[in-house]
Amino acid sequence: MATEAVLERPGGAATKSLLQVRELEAWYGESHVLHGIDLEVGEGEVVTLLGRNGAGKTTTLKSMMGVIGKRKGSVSFAGEETIQLPSRAIARLGIGYVPEERGIFSSLSVEENLMLPPQVKPGGLSVQQIFELFPNIKERLSSQGTKLSGGEQQMLAIGRILRTGANLLLLDEPTEGLAPVIIDQIGATIRMLKSRGFTIVLVEQNFRFAQTVADRHYVVEQGRVIDMIANAELDANIDKLHRYLGV
Amino acid sequence: MADIAATDVPTAALLPGETDKATLRLHRAIMIGIAIALVIAPFVAYPVFVMKVLCFALFALAFNLLLGYGGLLSFGHAAYFGMASYVCAFTAKNWGLTPELAILLGTSVAAALGALIGALAIRRQGIYFTMITLALAQMAFFFSLQTPRFTGGEDGIQAVPRGRLFGLIDLSDDRTLYWLVAAIFMAGLLAMYRIIHSPFGQVCKAIRDNEPRAISLGYRANQYKLAVFVLSASLAGLAGSTKAIVFQLASLTDVHWSMSGEVVLMTLVGGLGTVFGPIAGALVIVSMQNYLASLGAWVTVVQGVIFVICVMTFREGIVGVIANRIKRPL
Amino acid sequence: MFEFLGIPPQALFGQVLLGLINGSFYAILSLGLAVIFGLLNIINFSHGAQYMMGAFVAWMCLNYLGINYWAALLIAPLIVGFTGVAIERLLLKRIAHVDHLYGLLLTFGLALIIQGLFRNSYGSSGLPYQIPDELRGGQNLGFMFLPYYRGWVVVASLVVCLSTWFLIEKTKLGAYLRAATENPTLTQAFGINVPLMVTLTYGFGVALAGFAGVLAAPIYSVNPNMGADLIIVVFAVVVIGGMGSILGAIVTGFSLGLIEGLTKVFYPEASATVIFIIMVLVLLVRPAGLFGRAA
Repeated sequence: MATEAVLERPGGAATKSLLQVRELEAWYGESHVLHGIDLEVGEGEVVTLLGRNGAGKTTTLKSMMGVIGKRKGSVSFAGEETIQLPSRAIARLGIGYVPEERGIFSSLSVEENLMLPPQVKPGGLSVQQIFELFPNIKERLSSQGTKLSGGEQQMLAIGRILRTGANLLLLDEPTEGLAPVIIDQIGATIRMLKSRGFTIVLVEQNFRFAQTVADRHYVVEQGRVIDMIANAELDANIDKLHRYLGV
Repeated sequence: MADIAATDVPTAALLPGETDKATLRLHRAIMIGIAIALVIAPFVAYPVFVMKVLCFALFALAFNLLLGYGGLLSFGHAAYFGMASYVCAFTAKNWGLTPELAILLGTSVAAALGALIGALAIRRQGIYFTMITLALAQMAFFFSLQTPRFTGGEDGIQAVPRGRLFGLIDLSDDRTLYWLVAAIFMAGLLAMYRIIHSPFGQVCKAIRDNEPRAISLGYRANQYKLAVFVLSASLAGLAGSTKAIVFQLASLTDVHWSMSGEVVLMTLVGGLGTVFGPIAGALVIVSMQNYLASLGAWVTVVQGVIFVICVMTFREGIVGVIANRIKRPL
Repeated sequence: MFEFLGIPPQALFGQVLLGLINGSFYAILSLGLAVIFGLLNIINFSHGAQYMMGAFVAWMCLNYLGINYWAALLIAPLIVGFTGVAIERLLLKRIAHVDHLYGLLLTFGLALIIQGLFRNSYGSSGLPYQIPDELRGGQNLGFMFLPYYRGWVVVASLVVCLSTWFLIEKTKLGAYLRAATENPTLTQAFGINVPLMVTLTYGFGVALAGFAGVLAAPIYSVNPNMGADLIIVVFAVVVIGGMGSILGAIVTGFSLGLIEGLTKVFYPEASATVIFIIMVLVLLVRPAGLFGRAA
């Protein structure tokens, strides 16, 4: 049974596997973007997808969420195959999604943005807990969503999916374009979420940031996963990583 | 607005730049075929019927020029068709103009009206463009309704003399008139084909497919759009004027929005954005109207049903389907 | 009594009231068009036909089933809305992936069918619909005579328009709708059933048209052609106001009706075209429309 699948983590104890992606392929219209992504995420893990621009990281996240035109292969979440499901059904299984550029709705107030995603499972954070996490949001509830600063929008984008009870969070470049002190705050939030038992898949350009939050890193290139590096071994593999990322 | 014409037929297949030699040869053969058919037609069919088809085919070609090559869906083409029809009928009857002058004057008025409406309508795009053309055409309708001294009001302008071509050739005989109408149609078709395949037509296509890019390349998109609009309105006016001479009648029907809808339907049935589709569509719809004339108001229902069926299952239209089958733009 | 520019006040205010009534219909209909356009990206060409359907359903309710005006005010929009749901599910949904202009062509075809069917069954001369007993008569206000029914139409339209505004701008369901209008993909990725919302939105939009039809039935007679010309004016209203704002659609609708009414008093020849003329002016000065964001 899928739920009993056990993931061997290098340098760590085995955990129960929550998300398995097998030979995932995806297309934007005619263009074939993912050529077979394989990865696995254990319960309570924080995993990043690293790679150059256009490698297919965002597309991988979108394919897991089901918000891409055409996809093939297998994405199973908590033992359930989702490749045939529409994105609204995938969300209902307990997956929360923060898209690139945050996806704050300009025609909704901050409060409406926060309250928009329906609860999908019990056990989400209460609004009060979200306010404690992101006090800025509380003060601007009646503002238009997109009037917030970039960092506040990011917090709102994360905050609104914490309410829903989703236990897997897909975050697409949460640090993009943000000031260092905000990035630190996001990092602290992710570590806090991990400590509360959330499982997180993170797309990142910035591996220095990824290093501060993640357990493992998948390297994506040309629509494939070409390597996996445990966080503890990141420093030892730094040359290899530089080569992958072309920095 | 994404180009409606290219939704089903691959865009590349329609681009004039891509028309290869074989396609041009095919088109030439079709043109010759049409010319031959025009010569035979009056001997095998009722000439007035064929003339009606030709007038509406020219009208549909004009509409399709704007849609297929300007990417602009007008729902107000009855204005140019109808106003030209009125002007032609009025001047032929009250001023005693010879038919060629009356037709020319009607066409010019349609061009001027097209310039006026076009300049306003191209200020918005997509669905708004369509609504604006419809609303402005409705103004033309109200104008016609409220100026009975010019339009004859509900009765229209009746008993328009066909007159003598160049003051010489008597057109009262259907057969004689037929050759004039056939010549006008063929000239309109060839002119349109030239326009589509000229550098001007290529720029229009580029603007239709990607307006910001065309602008960044230095083309003044709005001037091109307006030019296509005026050309399209003029040809619609030519069709309307000719129709007034053929039926010796100009009436409110010609300026009504349902006429705008009819020309859209003809083009849709024949194939949006195809070169020859509007001709096929006009033939089908005019024949249908003739057969179903006894059904009265049911004709509207049938037309509506055809609209729905075409949009749901037959978006390529007759000629579009053939073009896809033989993998050549038609 | 005073006269204004040589116009007796009874005539002036009478036309103002008529203008407000027309404005009521412009407002309700353009509101429905805007809501539908927001989520489906199509212009609902059959909106006028669905308005006419509302009037006919009310007439049928009364004459075939003995259902009175007040019940029809609820039943007719429901029936028209239900046919809208069917149209969306059976037809519009299947062409959502192609150019949205096909949606316009499809709904134009539907308008021809609906109008043609009613014309075949009931002719074009129009059927009378009695003003309900409760609203017969009127009140002399001194400066004008106010027929109760006309006052009721204006009030009822305002209430419906403002309720719609409240529903869309101030409720949870409205937030879903606005979110789906702005970014359907992401809204769906939060677990919200966007396709269902699209269906219900179309149903709601045409139900509004049906409601306007019932209101109109006792004023204009019930006629298969009553929506055909009206919808073109409503298109002009939509071009003038832009479809970006709900309140904008309401304000534009009522004001244009008012202007049209005043034109009837001062320059009757232009009353049929004044809205089109305003549209031309707006296109020249503010092409995006009074409340529109640049398209």
